[in-house]
Amino acid sequence: MQFGIFTVSDVTTDPTTGRTPDDTERVRAILTIAQHADQAGLDVFATGEHHNPPFVASSPTTMLGYLAGTTKNIILSTATTLITTNDPVKIAEDYAMLQVISNGRMDLMMGRGNTGPVYPWFGKDIRQGINLAVENYALLRRLWEEEVVDWQGKFRTPLQGFTATPRPLDGVPPFVWHGSIRSPEIAEQAAYYGDGFLHNNIFWPIEHTKRMVQYYRQRYEHYGHGQASQAIVGLGGQFFARKNSQDAWNEFRPYFDNAPVYGHGPSMEDFTRETPLTVGSPQQIIDRYATMREEVGDYQRQMFLIDHAGLPLKTVLEQIDILAEEIVPALRKEFEAKRPAHVPSDPPSHAERVAKARAEGKVHDQHVAGEDRWTGRTAEDDAAQTATRGAAFGL
Amino acid sequence: MSTRKIAVVSAGLSQPSSTRLLADRLAQAATAELGERGITAEVATYELRDLAHEITNAMLTGFPTGDLREALEAVTGADGLIAVTPIFTTSYSGLFKSFVDVIDKDALRDVPVLIGATGGTPRHSLATEHALRPLFTYLHADPVTTAVFAATDDWAGEGDEVNPLPERIRRAGRELAEKIAARPARSATADAFDGAPDFAELLGRV
Repeated sequence: MQFGIFTVSDVTTDPTTGRTPDDTERVRAILTIAQHADQAGLDVFATGEHHNPPFVASSPTTMLGYLAGTTKNIILSTATTLITTNDPVKIAEDYAMLQVISNGRMDLMMGRGNTGPVYPWFGKDIRQGINLAVENYALLRRLWEEEVVDWQGKFRTPLQGFTATPRPLDGVPPFVWHGSIRSPEIAEQAAYYGDGFLHNNIFWPIEHTKRMVQYYRQRYEHYGHGQASQAIVGLGGQFFARKNSQDAWNEFRPYFDNAPVYGHGPSMEDFTRETPLTVGSPQQIIDRYATMREEVGDYQRQMFLIDHAGLPLKTVLEQIDILAEEIVPALRKEFEAKRPAHVPSDPPSHAERVAKARAEGKVHDQHVAGEDRWTGRTAEDDAAQTATRGAAFGL
Repeated sequence: MSTRKIAVVSAGLSQPSSTRLLADRLAQAATAELGERGITAEVATYELRDLAHEITNAMLTGFPTGDLREALEAVTGADGLIAVTPIFTTSYSGLFKSFVDVIDKDALRDVPVLIGATGGTPRHSLATEHALRPLFTYLHADPVTTAVFAATDDWAGEGDEVNPLPERIRRAGRELAEKIAARPARSATADAFDGAPDFAELLGRV
């Protein structure tokens, strides 16, 4: 079982001091948080992707690339990479580069994005969200799996003889998760490809999550990837812990009451009852999250949101310590004790995916034939030569 | 004897309220008319006053809880809806609109709706036509032709001697009953996953 933290990179005023960090400070805090999580022994750090204030994570692979160089063990991931408004060619390139730089110590999660204006800023229509996710991801897969791609679709200009570089590490693309809260279509997509499915789970009652995960598992089995119980599932979560439960409530309350997403709404008492947000002692968090397995079955990754709502950096680092030292060991022990042997404990590592691909004879070429045939040429130069369908010009 | 479910929503704030009174009368009329067609009506009535905080929370969090969730399930699973609001400041009340806003936008598709409204005087009675009716048309519901507006004087029998309130209530109740009776009973609320498209269909849609 993997345990990690994710950030949405919000720049939020600390309601107890009235102070708001600037973007620079927030970026540096996120880097510190990720590095601290690595040192504390957490398994995963993920960043969201936003393109407007009050967020700073607009360039996930830049950030994760730096972290690949300054962390040792933690898996770097996203929550989420926008599969709708980003060019799939850039996603293929940026994340293959990250994969190589990090030596496979990464994966990524596809999401559609929840901010309306981002779509027109990137030339897209939010009403096409699902269609964009379907078409773009299909292209992304081809760019990673096929050396030369001819492609035509609805949402991007056509490609002729295109090779995405660098080729994936060891010829095997990164492991992909799909994140969805409300749309069965994305669970269906994840099931079709045999990719992982992660439900954010926070801010929603568990019944929603349970139903969505159940659907994904059924469809995973339907598409022949394995038994429903073996599907790769992840959950989001949220907590605030202090040694003494009442201290946790008192300290977190102003942050809760003023939080960007749910502040000034239901009381913390109501919200912690209705959603996975748990505020209290480490044991209370352990007890609550141990029940998630009963709701969604054995799952492979549990991510926590702990740095939002304006919490100061010092507090976030303390939460990481509590998570790593007290909460994770107990939850891991609990989940591992109950996991049947036929269910994987973790999502597949890069090494496991390479071994499997080799066993299946599916390893793809790692690099393009050395010669650069494109720079300095014109279309007229190429038209004079015979080009076979599916081959790069000049071959 | 077959049965149909009628959900009644009243946005009245006082207790007792004339809005609730009108809602009850409309429900009785629809029930009586369905009865004449051999159909038993099961009526569930919800006062938005009781759900006011939960409605606001649902607007802020994006998900309904507790009694509101139950009310929404009844409303979206009903064979017919009676929706009655007081007219505040020329239009439906904010609480009424907030409730409508938390209903899933596809959930009232093809559902017969009887529109009702109350006010001190008949001055803003056309709010049923320019404010309420378009709400339900947008939601692809099926509002009956007659919307019933009751001004304070209507309750004393002095409001309209030519087309009195009881007559309008009867007519609207009959229209709702006719629409409900013309459709089969709705089965238990379909799961969002039952009709979810498979991947071949998703690829085809692009």
